Amino acid sequence: MLRGLWRLTWLEIKIFVREPLGVIGTVAMPVVIFLVLSRLTGRQTSAADAALPAAPSDLPVIVAMLVAVSAVLSLVAIMAIYREGGILKRLRATPLRPHTILAAHVLVKLLFSALTLVALAVAGRQLVPDGADVPWLSFGAAVLFSTGCILSLGFVIASVVPTARFAQPFGAVVLYPMLGLSGLFFPVDALPGGLQAAARLLPLTYAVSLQRGIWRGDTWVSHGGDVAVLLLVCALCVAVSARVFRWE
Amino acid sequence: MAQSVHTSVASDPVIRVSDLRKAYGRTVAVAGVSFEVQAGEIFGLIGPNGAGKTTTMECVEGLRAPDSGAISVLGLDPVRDVRALQERIGVQLQEAQLQKRITVREAVELWAALYRSPVDGDALLDQLGLRDRRQAWFMTLSGGQKQRLLIALALINDPEVVFLDELTTGLDPQARRTIWDLVRGIRARGKTVFLTTHLMEEAERLCDRVAIIDRGRLVDLGTPAELVRRHCPAATVVLVTSDPDAPAVFRALAGVTSVTGDAGTITIRGRASDLVAEVIRGVAAHQIHVTDFRTELPTLEDVFLEITGHAIRD
Repeated sequence: MLRGLWRLTWLEIKIFVREPLGVIGTVAMPVVIFLVLSRLTGRQTSAADAALPAAPSDLPVIVAMLVAVSAVLSLVAIMAIYREGGILKRLRATPLRPHTILAAHVLVKLLFSALTLVALAVAGRQLVPDGADVPWLSFGAAVLFSTGCILSLGFVIASVVPTARFAQPFGAVVLYPMLGLSGLFFPVDALPGGLQAAARLLPLTYAVSLQRGIWRGDTWVSHGGDVAVLLLVCALCVAVSARVFRWE
Repeated sequence: MAQSVHTSVASDPVIRVSDLRKAYGRTVAVAGVSFEVQAGEIFGLIGPNGAGKTTTMECVEGLRAPDSGAISVLGLDPVRDVRALQERIGVQLQEAQLQKRITVREAVELWAALYRSPVDGDALLDQLGLRDRRQAWFMTLSGGQKQRLLIALALINDPEVVFLDELTTGLDPQARRTIWDLVRGIRARGKTVFLTTHLMEEAERLCDRVAIIDRGRLVDLGTPAELVRRHCPAATVVLVTSDPDAPAVFRALAGVTSVTGDAGTITIRGRASDLVAEVIRGVAAHQIHVTDFRTELPTLEDVFLEITGHAIRD
């Protein structure tokens, strides 16, 4: 079924690293932006902490979600380039299956998302109060799990988006409103009725809920509903993309 | 050859296509095409761009499902048995590319890992003249090198049938000749080659048999020589002479249909089978002083023009 998955994944990692701009943009840029912003705003926020109660503790979730969304956009763009360039067409005539190709790219994206987040965590460690009991491993697992599920949204978009030029804006138009409604910036309960209902239908809301809960020390069991919804979304997206996947 | 087809099961056609039809929306790409490809031959599907060549080939490869008609490749149904078929065929697709920054060696190793019984990748690269480019990225290869790599990938699983779609389009004449030699080498190893081309010269030099396809229909099928004899029985001799009696001499020859031009350059048309011999006989018998002499024999290009009523490069 997944013949060639590891070889293809390893190959795609090497190919990705060979494009310096891709690595700099994915791993280095977020860290640089993070460091610059924290230097610029560091002095003021330390005094204004009380006025922004949710912000410091939500920062890891915000960062993780932004990294996940950019991974989805990148996945969509790569698949569009592969389709437009006839690479998918050539792979089609081999025993490789569409899901092996998508899975390889998801693994690459997860790996580089993890690297980015580790780099950001190292860069931002002074923002975490000394002695705070942060569930790093559990939070890392929650981030990887929800990023994987969010990437499955990318499966569907990547399966149908026609051209590389169209891929990024299309992905952004789909994902950024989802992110806006996800409860990351405004609590879902504070949204007007219609938007609240919409937010509860969107998978990113559950990813935010899971990550935020785990970061604050909740158990996985208490977020079983979030996990179940994310798994369902993932299964649904995989099934849909299998039906609508276009090789050319 | 033809007799053994009836006496031996082993020489059943490798590919059998009957009444293949395929439309994209309202555009009919293939409108009822039937042909057979025999083991060990280079079979060419020729015709202009948009004639239905690639669609036909991709249906045979199992990459597209036909609307109707029957296809059998190595006894398999390309749609139903696509997995089994993929192990036994090799394909080079029109306008296919690889990842820009994949190396030649990585591509060959990836492809080798995808099939059950691959051949030695390094040996294959040697045969295709890519030994020195093994570490090169795909994007840095020349057009000819890219095509040779794509041919290598088509051969990695030691296929029984190799499909080559427009494999020399866009290549310079020298690279084209190198590829032709490689394709003849594939046949020499006992494999069947099914190719498409819109280059009549390529079909004429490379193919044992060709099927001419135009606007989704198969117009005729045969060896290049047969097709020329059948559709363009006329040949042309052009010679230069200052002898004023020459046109009359040539008009009187058997098989000559027209003589144009006057003293100077004379164009003689007639039956291809004996025109040249007749003209030479006439020149010798009447001691006509000829300062230049050339023959223009019909080619597949002329055949195409003759039977479709339009040039291939429309």
